[in-house]
Amino acid sequence: MKNNYYDPQDLKKFGSISDWQPELGDKFFAYYNSVFAEGELSAREKSLIALAVSHVVQCPYCIDAYTKDGLQKGIEKEEMMEAIHVGAAIKSGAALVHGVQMMNRHDQLSM
Amino acid sequence: MKNKKSLLSRGNRLAAPKAQLALLNDGPFADGRLPTFTEKLDQYNCGPLRPKLLEILQINLGYMCNQVCAHCHVDAGPDRKEIMTRSTLEDCLSVMRQHTIVTVDLTGGAPEMHPDFRWFVTQIRATTAVKEIIVRSNLTILLANKKFHDLPDFFVKNKVHVISSLPFYKKNKTDRQRGDGVFQQSMEALQLLNNKGYGRPDSPLLLDLVYNPSGAFLPGDQQALETDFKRALKTDFGIDFHHLFTITNLPISRFLEYLLASENYEEYMQTLVEAFNPLAAKNVMCTNTLSVSWDGHLYDCDFNQMLQLKISSSVDHIHNFELGKVQDRSIVLGQHCYGCTAGAGSSCQGSIA
Repeated sequence: MKNNYYDPQDLKKFGSISDWQPELGDKFFAYYNSVFAEGELSAREKSLIALAVSHVVQCPYCIDAYTKDGLQKGIEKEEMMEAIHVGAAIKSGAALVHGVQMMNRHDQLSM
Repeated sequence: MKNKKSLLSRGNRLAAPKAQLALLNDGPFADGRLPTFTEKLDQYNCGPLRPKLLEILQINLGYMCNQVCAHCHVDAGPDRKEIMTRSTLEDCLSVMRQHTIVTVDLTGGAPEMHPDFRWFVTQIRATTAVKEIIVRSNLTILLANKKFHDLPDFFVKNKVHVISSLPFYKKNKTDRQRGDGVFQQSMEALQLLNNKGYGRPDSPLLLDLVYNPSGAFLPGDQQALETDFKRALKTDFGIDFHHLFTITNLPISRFLEYLLASENYEEYMQTLVEAFNPLAAKNVMCTNTLSVSWDGHLYDCDFNQMLQLKISSSVDHIHNFELGKVQDRSIVLGQHCYGCTAGAGSSCQGSIA
Protein backbone atom coordinates (compact mmCIF):
# COMPACT_ATOMS: atom_id res chain seq x y z
CA MET A 1 0.00 0.00 0.00
CA LYS A 2 1.37 3.39 -0.96
CA ASN A 3 1.67 6.05 1.69
CA ASN A 4 -0.81 8.33 -0.02
CA TYR A 5 -4.49 7.89 -0.85
CA TYR A 6 -4.38 9.66 -4.20
CA ASP A 7 -2.05 8.70 -7.06
CA PRO A 8 -2.34 10.66 -10.36
CA GLN A 9 -1.63 7.41 -12.24
CA ASP A 10 -4.87 5.94 -10.84
CA LEU A 11 -6.90 8.29 -13.02
CA LYS A 12 -5.68 6.41 -16.08
CA LYS A 13 -6.92 3.17 -14.50
CA PHE A 14 -10.46 4.47 -14.05
CA GLY A 15 -11.73 2.03 -16.68
CA SER A 16 -10.53 -0.91 -14.60
CA ILE A 17 -13.47 -0.52 -12.21
CA SER A 18 -15.37 -2.55 -14.82
CA ASP A 19 -13.04 -5.51 -14.25
CA TRP A 20 -14.75 -6.56 -11.06
CA GLN A 21 -18.31 -5.71 -12.11
CA PRO A 22 -18.39 -5.43 -15.93
CA GLU A 23 -22.13 -5.00 -16.38
CA LEU A 24 -22.51 -2.05 -14.04
CA GLY A 25 -19.14 -0.58 -15.02
CA ASP A 26 -19.97 -0.73 -18.71
CA LYS A 27 -23.36 0.84 -18.12
CA PHE A 28 -21.75 3.63 -16.12
CA PHE A 29 -19.19 4.45 -18.82
CA ALA A 30 -21.81 4.32 -21.57
CA TYR A 31 -23.95 6.72 -19.52
CA TYR A 32 -20.93 8.93 -18.75
CA ASN A 33 -19.95 9.22 -22.40
CA SER A 34 -23.52 10.02 -23.43
CA VAL A 35 -23.77 12.73 -20.79
CA PHE A 36 -20.69 14.52 -22.11
CA ALA A 37 -21.58 14.33 -25.80
CA GLU A 38 -22.79 17.46 -27.61
CA GLY A 39 -26.49 17.92 -26.82
CA GLU A 40 -28.73 20.79 -25.85
CA LEU A 41 -25.66 21.95 -23.97
CA SER A 42 -22.36 22.10 -25.82
CA ALA A 43 -19.47 19.87 -24.81
CA ARG A 44 -17.69 23.08 -23.81
CA GLU A 45 -20.49 24.10 -21.42
CA LYS A 46 -20.58 20.61 -19.96
CA SER A 47 -16.84 20.71 -19.39
CA LEU A 48 -17.20 23.90 -17.33
CA ILE A 49 -20.05 22.40 -15.30
CA ALA A 50 -17.93 19.31 -14.68
CA LEU A 51 -15.01 21.47 -13.55
CA ALA A 52 -17.21 23.35 -11.08
CA VAL A 53 -18.72 20.15 -9.69
CA SER A 54 -15.23 18.60 -9.47
CA HIS A 55 -14.30 21.33 -7.01
CA VAL A 56 -17.52 21.08 -5.05
CA VAL A 57 -17.01 17.33 -4.57
CA GLN A 58 -13.26 18.01 -4.14
CA CYS A 59 -12.17 15.21 -6.48
CA PRO A 60 -8.50 15.66 -7.47
CA TYR A 61 -8.86 13.18 -10.34
CA CYS A 62 -11.77 15.16 -11.76
CA ILE A 63 -9.99 18.50 -11.31
CA ASP A 64 -6.99 17.12 -13.22
CA ALA A 65 -9.18 15.67 -15.97
CA TYR A 66 -11.44 18.68 -16.48
CA THR A 67 -8.69 21.28 -16.30
CA LYS A 68 -6.96 19.45 -19.14
CA ASP A 69 -10.28 18.95 -20.94
CA GLY A 70 -10.98 22.69 -20.64
CA LEU A 71 -7.58 23.59 -22.07
CA GLN A 72 -8.18 21.25 -25.00
CA LYS A 73 -11.54 22.86 -25.63
CA GLY A 74 -10.03 26.36 -25.63
CA ILE A 75 -11.64 27.35 -22.33
CA GLU A 76 -9.71 30.20 -20.76
CA LYS A 77 -8.42 30.25 -17.20
CA GLU A 78 -10.73 33.15 -16.27
CA GLU A 79 -13.74 31.12 -17.40
CA MET A 80 -12.53 28.13 -15.38
CA MET A 81 -12.15 30.22 -12.24
CA GLU A 82 -15.56 31.81 -12.74
CA ALA A 83 -17.12 28.35 -13.02
CA ILE A 84 -15.44 27.30 -9.78
CA HIS A 85 -16.92 30.35 -8.08
CA VAL A 86 -20.37 29.27 -9.22
CA GLY A 87 -19.79 25.90 -7.55
CA ALA A 88 -18.32 27.53 -4.46
CA ALA A 89 -21.23 29.98 -4.21
CA ILE A 90 -23.76 27.15 -4.31
CA LYS A 91 -21.78 25.15 -1.77
CA SER A 92 -21.39 28.06 0.65
CA GLY A 93 -24.96 29.13 0.01
CA ALA A 94 -26.10 25.62 0.81
CA ALA A 95 -24.30 25.85 4.15
CA LEU A 96 -25.60 29.32 4.93
CA VAL A 97 -29.21 28.68 4.00
CA HIS A 98 -29.24 26.16 6.86
CA GLY A 99 -28.74 29.21 9.06
CA VAL A 100 -32.46 29.75 8.68
CA GLN A 101 -33.02 26.30 10.18
CA MET A 102 -30.75 27.31 13.06
CA MET A 103 -32.67 30.54 13.54
CA ASN A 104 -36.02 28.70 13.48
CA ARG A 105 -34.83 26.17 16.04
CA HIS A 106 -33.23 28.87 18.17
CA ASP A 107 -36.44 30.88 18.34
CA GLN A 108 -38.53 27.80 19.01
CA LEU A 109 -36.41 26.85 22.00
CA SER A 110 -35.87 30.30 23.39
CA MET A 111 -38.14 32.33 25.64
CA MET B 1 9.09 31.33 -22.27
CA LYS B 2 10.32 34.74 -23.28
CA ASN B 3 13.38 33.72 -25.26
CA LYS B 4 14.00 36.04 -28.19
CA LYS B 5 16.63 33.85 -29.80
CA SER B 6 16.80 30.41 -31.35
CA LEU B 7 18.17 27.42 -29.48
CA LEU B 8 21.09 27.52 -31.90
CA SER B 9 22.13 31.07 -31.10
CA ARG B 10 21.66 30.45 -27.37
CA GLY B 11 24.03 27.49 -27.61
CA ASN B 12 21.35 25.22 -26.17
CA ARG B 13 22.24 21.53 -26.42
CA LEU B 14 18.79 20.82 -27.93
CA ALA B 15 19.83 22.76 -31.04
CA ALA B 16 21.64 19.57 -32.04
CA PRO B 17 19.26 16.97 -33.56
CA LYS B 18 21.39 14.15 -32.13
CA ALA B 19 20.84 15.48 -28.60
CA GLN B 20 17.08 15.59 -29.21
CA LEU B 21 17.02 12.06 -30.60
CA ALA B 22 19.11 10.73 -27.71
CA LEU B 23 16.68 12.27 -25.27
CA LEU B 24 13.62 10.96 -27.12
CA ASN B 25 15.03 7.44 -27.17
CA ASP B 26 16.00 7.51 -23.51
CA GLY B 27 13.85 7.61 -20.37
CA PRO B 28 10.48 5.84 -20.54
CA PHE B 29 11.22 4.41 -23.99
CA ALA B 30 14.59 2.97 -22.93
CA ASP B 31 13.41 1.39 -19.69
CA GLY B 32 10.22 -0.08 -21.17
CA ARG B 33 7.68 2.08 -19.34
CA LEU B 34 6.40 3.23 -22.73
CA PRO B 35 6.46 1.32 -26.04
CA THR B 36 8.55 2.82 -28.82
CA PHE B 37 6.62 4.12 -31.82
CA THR B 38 7.72 1.15 -33.92
CA GLU B 39 6.56 -1.27 -31.22
CA LYS B 40 3.22 0.51 -31.08
CA LEU B 41 2.78 0.27 -34.87
CA ASP B 42 3.61 -3.44 -34.73
CA GLN B 43 1.10 -3.94 -31.94
CA TYR B 44 -1.64 -2.67 -34.26
CA ASN B 45 -0.17 -4.22 -37.43
CA CYS B 46 0.33 -0.74 -38.88
CA GLY B 47 4.05 -0.91 -39.56
CA PRO B 48 6.30 -0.39 -41.34
CA LEU B 49 4.93 2.82 -42.84
CA ARG B 50 5.47 3.16 -46.56
CA PRO B 51 4.63 5.98 -48.96
CA LYS B 52 1.41 6.03 -50.98
CA LEU B 53 1.04 8.26 -54.03
CA LEU B 54 3.25 11.36 -53.77
CA GLU B 55 0.92 14.35 -53.87
CA ILE B 56 2.53 17.10 -51.81
CA LEU B 57 6.00 18.56 -52.07
CA GLN B 58 6.63 20.56 -48.92
CA ILE B 59 9.56 22.88 -49.48
CA ASN B 60 11.29 24.58 -46.59
CA LEU B 61 12.79 27.74 -48.07
CA GLY B 62 14.88 28.51 -45.01
CA TYR B 63 14.84 28.92 -41.26
CA MET B 64 14.83 32.72 -41.13
CA CYS B 65 11.72 34.20 -39.52
CA ASN B 66 10.69 37.55 -38.08
CA GLN B 67 9.17 35.74 -35.07
CA VAL B 68 10.62 33.52 -32.34
CA CYS B 69 7.68 31.35 -31.30
CA ALA B 70 7.97 29.37 -28.08
CA HIS B 71 6.75 26.14 -29.65
CA CYS B 72 8.60 26.34 -33.00
CA HIS B 73 9.76 22.93 -34.20
CA VAL B 74 12.06 24.58 -36.75
CA ASP B 75 13.92 26.68 -34.16
CA ALA B 76 13.39 29.51 -36.63
CA GLY B 77 14.13 33.15 -35.95
CA PRO B 78 15.78 36.32 -37.23
CA ASP B 79 19.18 34.86 -36.34
CA ARG B 80 18.83 31.83 -38.62
CA LYS B 81 20.63 32.24 -41.93
CA GLU B 82 19.93 28.91 -43.67
CA ILE B 83 18.32 29.64 -47.02
CA MET B 84 17.60 27.69 -50.21
CA THR B 85 19.85 28.56 -53.17
CA ARG B 86 18.49 29.47 -56.62
CA SER B 87 20.03 26.26 -57.91
CA THR B 88 18.03 24.14 -55.43
CA LEU B 89 14.88 26.08 -56.24
CA GLU B 90 15.52 25.19 -59.91
CA ASP B 91 15.88 21.53 -58.90
CA CYS B 92 12.51 21.69 -57.15
CA LEU B 93 10.90 23.24 -60.25
CA SER B 94 12.42 20.52 -62.39
CA VAL B 95 10.81 17.82 -60.22
CA MET B 96 7.46 19.61 -60.43
CA ARG B 97 7.72 19.72 -64.24
CA GLN B 98 8.63 16.06 -64.57
CA HIS B 99 6.16 14.57 -62.11
CA THR B 100 2.55 14.98 -61.11
CA ILE B 101 2.77 17.04 -57.96
CA VAL B 102 -0.70 18.20 -56.93
CA THR B 103 0.31 20.56 -54.14
CA VAL B 104 3.42 22.55 -53.33
CA ASP B 105 3.52 23.61 -49.69
CA LEU B 106 5.98 26.44 -49.01
CA THR B 107 7.16 26.77 -45.46
CA GLY B 108 10.09 28.05 -43.41
CA GLY B 109 10.84 30.11 -41.26
CA ALA B 110 8.86 32.77 -42.99
CA PRO B 111 8.97 31.65 -46.64
CA GLU B 112 8.13 35.17 -47.81
CA MET B 113 11.51 36.38 -46.49
CA HIS B 114 13.33 34.36 -49.15
CA PRO B 115 14.61 36.88 -51.75
CA ASP B 116 13.48 34.56 -54.58
CA PHE B 117 10.07 33.85 -53.07
CA ARG B 118 8.06 35.80 -55.67
CA TRP B 119 10.14 34.45 -58.55
CA PHE B 120 9.70 30.88 -57.30
CA VAL B 121 5.91 31.12 -56.89
CA THR B 122 5.59 32.74 -60.31
CA GLN B 123 7.68 30.00 -61.87
CA ILE B 124 5.57 27.27 -60.26
CA ARG B 125 2.41 28.87 -61.67
CA ALA B 126 3.90 29.55 -65.11
CA THR B 127 5.93 26.44 -65.82
CA THR B 128 4.43 23.51 -63.91
CA ALA B 129 1.10 21.71 -63.64
CA VAL B 130 0.96 22.08 -59.86
CA LYS B 131 -2.67 22.74 -58.91
CA GLU B 132 -2.27 24.22 -55.47
CA ILE B 133 0.42 26.46 -53.99
CA ILE B 134 0.25 26.74 -50.22
CA VAL B 135 2.17 29.44 -48.39
CA ARG B 136 2.47 28.99 -44.64
CA SER B 137 2.43 32.62 -43.62
CA ASN B 138 2.94 33.78 -40.05
CA LEU B 139 0.76 36.83 -40.92
CA THR B 140 2.95 39.42 -39.16
CA ILE B 141 5.42 39.29 -42.05
CA LEU B 142 2.78 40.95 -44.25
CA LEU B 143 3.09 44.08 -42.09
CA ALA B 144 6.73 43.74 -41.07
CA ASN B 145 8.34 45.84 -43.77
CA LYS B 146 7.25 47.87 -46.79
CA LYS B 147 8.83 45.36 -49.14
CA PHE B 148 6.25 42.79 -48.00
CA HIS B 149 3.19 45.02 -48.29
CA ASP B 150 2.44 43.89 -51.85
CA LEU B 151 2.22 40.25 -50.80
CA PRO B 152 -1.58 40.07 -50.42
CA ASP B 153 -1.95 41.25 -54.03
CA PHE B 154 0.77 38.84 -55.11
CA PHE B 155 -1.07 35.99 -53.36
CA VAL B 156 -4.30 36.92 -55.17
CA LYS B 157 -2.58 37.11 -58.55
CA ASN B 158 -0.99 33.68 -58.13
CA LYS B 159 -4.03 32.09 -56.45
CA VAL B 160 -1.95 31.17 -53.43
CA HIS B 161 -3.66 29.19 -50.68
CA VAL B 162 -2.70 30.95 -47.44
CA ILE B 163 -2.42 28.92 -44.26
CA SER B 164 -1.58 30.87 -41.15
CA SER B 165 -0.82 30.02 -37.56
CA LEU B 166 -3.04 31.55 -34.94
CA PRO B 167 -2.79 29.84 -31.55
CA PHE B 168 -5.93 31.46 -30.17
CA TYR B 169 -8.60 34.03 -30.89
CA LYS B 170 -7.55 36.18 -27.97
CA LYS B 171 -4.46 38.23 -27.32
CA ASN B 172 -2.94 36.72 -24.20
CA LYS B 173 -2.48 33.13 -25.32
CA THR B 174 -1.34 34.16 -28.80
CA ASP B 175 1.26 36.64 -27.59
CA ARG B 176 2.52 34.25 -24.93
CA GLN B 177 3.30 31.67 -27.60
CA ARG B 178 4.32 33.88 -30.52
CA GLY B 179 5.61 37.10 -28.99
CA ASP B 180 4.29 40.46 -27.78
CA GLY B 181 2.13 42.28 -30.29
CA VAL B 182 1.74 39.29 -32.61
CA PHE B 183 -1.99 38.96 -31.99
CA GLN B 184 -2.83 42.55 -32.93
CA GLN B 185 -0.65 42.38 -36.05
CA SER B 186 -2.19 39.03 -36.98
CA MET B 187 -5.67 40.55 -36.77
CA GLU B 188 -4.60 43.42 -39.02
CA ALA B 189 -3.03 41.01 -41.52
CA LEU B 190 -6.16 38.83 -41.59
CA GLN B 191 -8.30 41.92 -42.21
CA LEU B 192 -5.94 42.88 -45.01
CA LEU B 193 -6.34 39.43 -46.58
CA ASN B 194 -10.11 39.55 -46.09
CA ASN B 195 -10.20 42.90 -47.90
CA LYS B 196 -8.54 41.23 -50.88
CA GLY B 197 -11.21 38.52 -50.86
CA TYR B 198 -9.32 35.89 -48.90
CA GLY B 199 -11.29 33.77 -46.45
CA ARG B 200 -14.70 35.18 -47.32
CA PRO B 201 -17.52 32.63 -47.60
CA ASP B 202 -17.59 31.07 -51.09
CA SER B 203 -14.38 32.88 -52.09
CA PRO B 204 -11.95 30.76 -54.10
CA LEU B 205 -9.10 32.56 -52.34
CA LEU B 206 -8.46 30.08 -49.56
CA LEU B 207 -7.45 31.28 -46.12
CA ASP B 208 -7.10 28.65 -43.41
CA LEU B 209 -5.82 28.95 -39.88
CA VAL B 210 -3.71 26.59 -37.84
CA TYR B 211 -4.28 26.09 -34.13
CA ASN B 212 -1.77 24.39 -31.91
CA PRO B 213 -2.17 24.11 -28.14
CA SER B 214 -0.47 26.70 -25.94
CA GLY B 215 0.96 24.11 -23.59
CA ALA B 216 1.44 20.45 -22.77
CA PHE B 217 -1.95 19.16 -23.87
CA LEU B 218 -3.54 17.82 -27.02
CA PRO B 219 -5.74 19.92 -29.30
CA GLY B 220 -9.47 19.57 -28.78
CA ASP B 221 -12.04 18.70 -31.41
CA GLN B 222 -11.14 20.48 -34.66
CA GLN B 223 -14.73 21.26 -35.66
CA ALA B 224 -15.69 22.65 -32.24
CA LEU B 225 -12.59 24.84 -32.10
CA GLU B 226 -13.25 26.07 -35.65
CA THR B 227 -16.75 27.12 -34.60
CA ASP B 228 -15.36 29.00 -31.58
CA PHE B 229 -12.63 30.68 -33.66
CA LYS B 230 -15.08 31.73 -36.38
CA ARG B 231 -17.57 33.18 -33.92
CA ALA B 232 -14.91 35.07 -31.92
CA LEU B 233 -12.95 36.46 -34.88
CA LYS B 234 -16.10 37.54 -36.70
CA THR B 235 -17.62 39.19 -33.63
CA ASP B 236 -14.49 40.90 -32.35
CA PHE B 237 -12.68 41.78 -35.60
CA GLY B 238 -15.05 41.10 -38.52
CA ILE B 239 -12.63 38.45 -39.76
CA ASP B 240 -13.58 35.47 -41.94
CA PHE B 241 -11.55 32.38 -42.72
CA HIS B 242 -12.33 29.01 -44.24
CA HIS B 243 -11.03 26.17 -42.08
CA LEU B 244 -9.19 25.72 -38.83
CA PHE B 245 -6.57 22.96 -38.73
CA THR B 246 -5.62 21.61 -35.33
CA ILE B 247 -2.01 20.50 -35.04
CA THR B 248 -0.45 18.64 -32.13
CA ASN B 249 2.84 20.02 -30.84
CA LEU B 250 5.56 17.47 -31.52
CA PRO B 251 8.13 16.96 -28.77
CA ILE B 252 11.11 18.38 -30.63
CA SER B 253 13.15 21.57 -30.71
CA ARG B 254 11.77 24.53 -28.75
CA PHE B 255 8.62 22.70 -27.67
CA LEU B 256 10.84 19.93 -26.30
CA GLU B 257 12.80 22.60 -24.44
CA TYR B 258 9.52 23.86 -22.95
CA LEU B 259 8.42 20.34 -21.97
CA LEU B 260 11.69 19.73 -20.14
CA ALA B 261 11.82 23.13 -18.45
CA SER B 262 8.21 22.84 -17.24
CA GLU B 263 8.74 19.21 -16.14
CA ASN B 264 5.94 18.08 -18.44
CA TYR B 265 8.03 15.89 -20.74
CA GLU B 266 7.24 12.39 -19.46
CA GLU B 267 3.57 13.13 -18.83
CA TYR B 268 3.22 14.60 -22.33
CA MET B 269 4.89 11.58 -23.94
CA GLN B 270 2.61 9.31 -21.93
CA THR B 271 -0.40 11.33 -23.10
CA LEU B 272 0.70 10.97 -26.74
CA VAL B 273 1.28 7.22 -26.38
CA GLU B 274 -2.02 6.59 -24.63
CA ALA B 275 -3.86 8.60 -27.28
CA PHE B 276 -2.33 6.54 -30.13
CA ASN B 277 -4.97 6.10 -32.82
CA PRO B 278 -4.28 3.37 -35.42
CA LEU B 279 -6.64 5.06 -37.89
CA ALA B 280 -4.53 8.23 -37.70
CA ALA B 281 -1.40 6.11 -38.17
CA LYS B 282 -2.74 4.92 -41.53
CA ASN B 283 -3.30 8.51 -42.73
CA VAL B 284 -0.16 10.28 -41.54
CA MET B 285 1.03 12.99 -43.89
CA CYS B 286 4.41 11.39 -44.53
CA THR B 287 2.62 8.82 -46.68
CA ASN B 288 1.74 11.37 -49.39
CA THR B 289 4.21 14.17 -48.71
CA LEU B 290 7.90 14.68 -49.28
CA SER B 291 9.78 17.38 -47.40
CA VAL B 292 12.67 19.27 -49.02
CA SER B 293 15.07 21.14 -46.77
CA TRP B 294 16.75 24.46 -47.55
CA ASP B 295 19.85 22.56 -48.67
CA GLY B 296 17.90 20.24 -50.97
CA HIS B 297 17.87 17.07 -48.89
CA LEU B 298 14.74 14.95 -48.78
CA TYR B 299 12.83 13.97 -45.65
CA ASP B 300 9.63 12.12 -44.85
CA CYS B 301 8.27 15.25 -43.14
CA ASP B 302 9.27 18.66 -41.82
CA PHE B 303 9.78 17.18 -38.33
CA ASN B 304 12.21 14.54 -39.58
CA GLN B 305 13.95 17.35 -41.43
CA MET B 306 14.54 19.20 -38.17
CA LEU B 307 15.89 16.00 -36.63
CA GLN B 308 18.05 15.50 -39.73
CA LEU B 309 16.55 12.06 -40.37
CA LYS B 310 16.89 11.87 -44.16
CA ILE B 311 14.70 9.53 -46.18
CA SER B 312 15.81 5.93 -46.26
CA SER B 313 16.71 5.81 -49.94
CA SER B 314 19.77 5.80 -52.16
CA VAL B 315 18.40 9.09 -53.49
CA ASP B 316 18.09 11.63 -50.69
CA HIS B 317 18.60 14.94 -52.52
CA ILE B 318 16.27 16.86 -54.83
CA HIS B 319 19.06 17.29 -57.37
CA ASN B 320 19.17 13.53 -58.01
CA PHE B 321 15.42 12.98 -57.65
CA GLU B 322 14.11 9.69 -59.04
CA LEU B 323 10.48 9.06 -58.16
CA GLY B 324 10.71 5.25 -58.26
CA LYS B 325 13.66 5.09 -55.90
CA VAL B 326 12.28 7.72 -53.57
CA GLN B 327 8.90 6.01 -53.30
CA ASP B 328 10.39 2.58 -52.69
CA ARG B 329 11.28 3.18 -49.08
CA SER B 330 10.17 2.76 -45.51
CA ILE B 331 9.39 5.95 -43.64
CA VAL B 332 11.92 6.83 -40.94
CA LEU B 333 10.21 6.73 -37.56
CA GLY B 334 10.96 7.95 -34.05
CA GLN B 335 9.20 8.61 -30.77
CA HIS B 336 8.26 12.11 -32.00
CA CYS B 337 5.92 10.41 -34.52
CA TYR B 338 3.47 9.79 -31.67
CA GLY B 339 2.57 13.46 -32.09
CA CYS B 340 0.96 12.77 -35.47
CA THR B 341 -1.02 9.71 -34.32
CA ALA B 342 -2.49 10.99 -31.06
CA GLY B 343 -6.26 11.37 -30.78
CA ALA B 344 -7.74 12.62 -34.02
CA GLY B 345 -4.24 12.66 -35.48
CA SER B 346 -2.26 15.63 -36.73
CA SER B 347 -0.82 16.84 -39.99
CA CYS B 348 -0.07 20.10 -41.74
CA GLN B 349 -3.69 19.89 -42.95
CA GLY B 350 -5.06 19.33 -39.45
CA SER B 351 -6.65 16.23 -37.95
CA ILE B 352 -6.58 13.04 -40.01
CA ALA B 353 -8.89 10.57 -38.26
